[in-house]
Amino acid sequence: MTDLELKTKSIQYRKKLLACIKRAGAGHTGGDLSCLDILNVLYNRILNVSPETFDDPGRDRYIQSKGHSVEALYVVLADKGFFPESDLETLCRYGSPYVGHPTRKIRGIEQNTGALGHGLAFGVGVALAAKMDNAAYRVYTLLGDGELAEGSNWESMMAAAHYRLDNLIAIIDRNTLQITGPTEDVCGLEPLGQKLEAFGWSVVAVDGHDVAALGRVFGGPPLEVGKPSAVIARTIKGKGVSFMENDPKWHHHVPDDEQYEQAQRELDTLLAEITS
Amino acid sequence: MSVEAGRELGRANLEVFSETLLSLARRDRNVIAVTSDSRGSGKLASFAAAVPDQLVEVGIAEQNLVGVVAGLASAGKIVFAVSPASFLTARALEQIKNDVCYSDRPVKLIGISAGVSYGALGSTHHSTHDLAALRALDNIAIIVPADNFEAAEAIKTAAGMSHPVYIRFGKRPLYHLHGPAARFEPGKALLVRDGADVAFIATGETVHPALMAAEQLQNEGLSCRAVSMHTVKPLDVDAIVSAATDCRVLVTVEEHSIFGGLGEACAAVLMQAGIRVPFKIVGFPDEYMVTGSQLEIFDHYGICAKGLAQTARALLAADAREGGTHRFRQRRATQS
Repeated sequence: MTDLELKTKSIQYRKKLLACIKRAGAGHTGGDLSCLDILNVLYNRILNVSPETFDDPGRDRYIQSKGHSVEALYVVLADKGFFPESDLETLCRYGSPYVGHPTRKIRGIEQNTGALGHGLAFGVGVALAAKMDNAAYRVYTLLGDGELAEGSNWESMMAAAHYRLDNLIAIIDRNTLQITGPTEDVCGLEPLGQKLEAFGWSVVAVDGHDVAALGRVFGGPPLEVGKPSAVIARTIKGKGVSFMENDPKWHHHVPDDEQYEQAQRELDTLLAEITS
Repeated sequence: MSVEAGRELGRANLEVFSETLLSLARRDRNVIAVTSDSRGSGKLASFAAAVPDQLVEVGIAEQNLVGVVAGLASAGKIVFAVSPASFLTARALEQIKNDVCYSDRPVKLIGISAGVSYGALGSTHHSTHDLAALRALDNIAIIVPADNFEAAEAIKTAAGMSHPVYIRFGKRPLYHLHGPAARFEPGKALLVRDGADVAFIATGETVHPALMAAEQLQNEGLSCRAVSMHTVKPLDVDAIVSAATDCRVLVTVEEHSIFGGLGEACAAVLMQAGIRVPFKIVGFPDEYMVTGSQLEIFDHYGICAKGLAQTARALLAADAREGGTHRFRQRRATQS
């Protein structure tokens, strides 16, 4: 897929995502929008996984530790054909398998997440298994930045470095906001890159909305042989909709009718600009 | 049933676990043990020496331990997470809940030095909450072996289980309880001795004291049943109902808080089956735990032949005073 096609998808995904959240009356809008370009690049350019190969032991793994951004994942998986897009009409409805955090009931989802600080340990286990089996697949885990306050992540960081898991890539959605406000006000993370390096990881920072740059970084690992890779993706919470960007209110806010129409108009304009 | 039950001392269940696991690991390189700086206390030093590539050490990090084993299991490994029961089931409870149970990863969680095995090291090291905590989680079997036979069988069975299981072991050598005819099946209690006056339903390392109490009471002319309820979840409902209907009084015994463990589980079964029987839950009360060795703690709280016999006698006396009239045994025809 070309960069332009990826950029087009990013906007189309955002439109579908907002429709999904609006219909369900629920969703983690801000974080969905900050990680959507990462998911787009992973599923459309990097990951060796498809509905047909999802049961293949050699498939690449994507584990979404920041489980609350599940709507973004659902939208991308539907687009990749893991399930019909119309299924998402049942999101969060009584009896629907499409619950508000990732669940293995949905084909394409590797692990149930949602409580924070769980995905990286799971990824360490999968990456260890790959090393034991001399398998070539890679394990990508997406973490929120606020999530890094969970101490379990740092246990997993230590273990990943100890076992030299250079088949493991942790992507940090560094949008700098969590539900209460800026991460640096809530419980400071910086200097994040230095912390990760001190834990034995190879670290790179990238514009988390630049699909070409993301493609290069995700396709490159290991950044260093014998070390796990950390990608600090600098993102904007609420990216793509002017009034949602960088406002913690949109952590899990659902747009009203007027806001929804405006958001869709803004995205249509962006779409027209890049396709013209 | 063996007439020699409880007479011949075997080994610690942990040693049997380690030996059984090694034999499984030698046959299948996908069998993996994961430890949290616990290979020594888990008696896995020989395992580590024999199959070093099949042992993963994650350090003193139980949350990571449980997440890692879930990941290993997802990639086809037959994984045993070996960690002190106290830390495994409290520190990593959320990982057990989400990464293992909710995600349905067929992990085998091995709680070592369980109950009050750590004795005088104190409450930080005791797991007197684990049965209650894990019973409330969906999708996990809980097995508490009472002797070496049950331990070996539990491990072999667990290796083939396709859903999560928690198995709990102590440190102390245990008496053999079962003869060669015994068959181990998860969810099916084992009868250690039969009787009609007093029924003891016990689990794990309290089965032997219950058996000793039964023998003491037998010498007083009472007929006593002792049941090893090795699987605390799912419970053997039939064994509980028949103990309550066949015997005059029922005593449950566990190395656990009296809240949320085997005793309350049995009480719920009987209540919902419409069966009333003089009944006592023996375990640890809601108080600051006394200091002592495992056996001293057992004695202090009446988990010993003398204490359990006394508990049974008191129930029988109350029953006799009331002429057995407060017993109400009715199995509804519609009961499922």
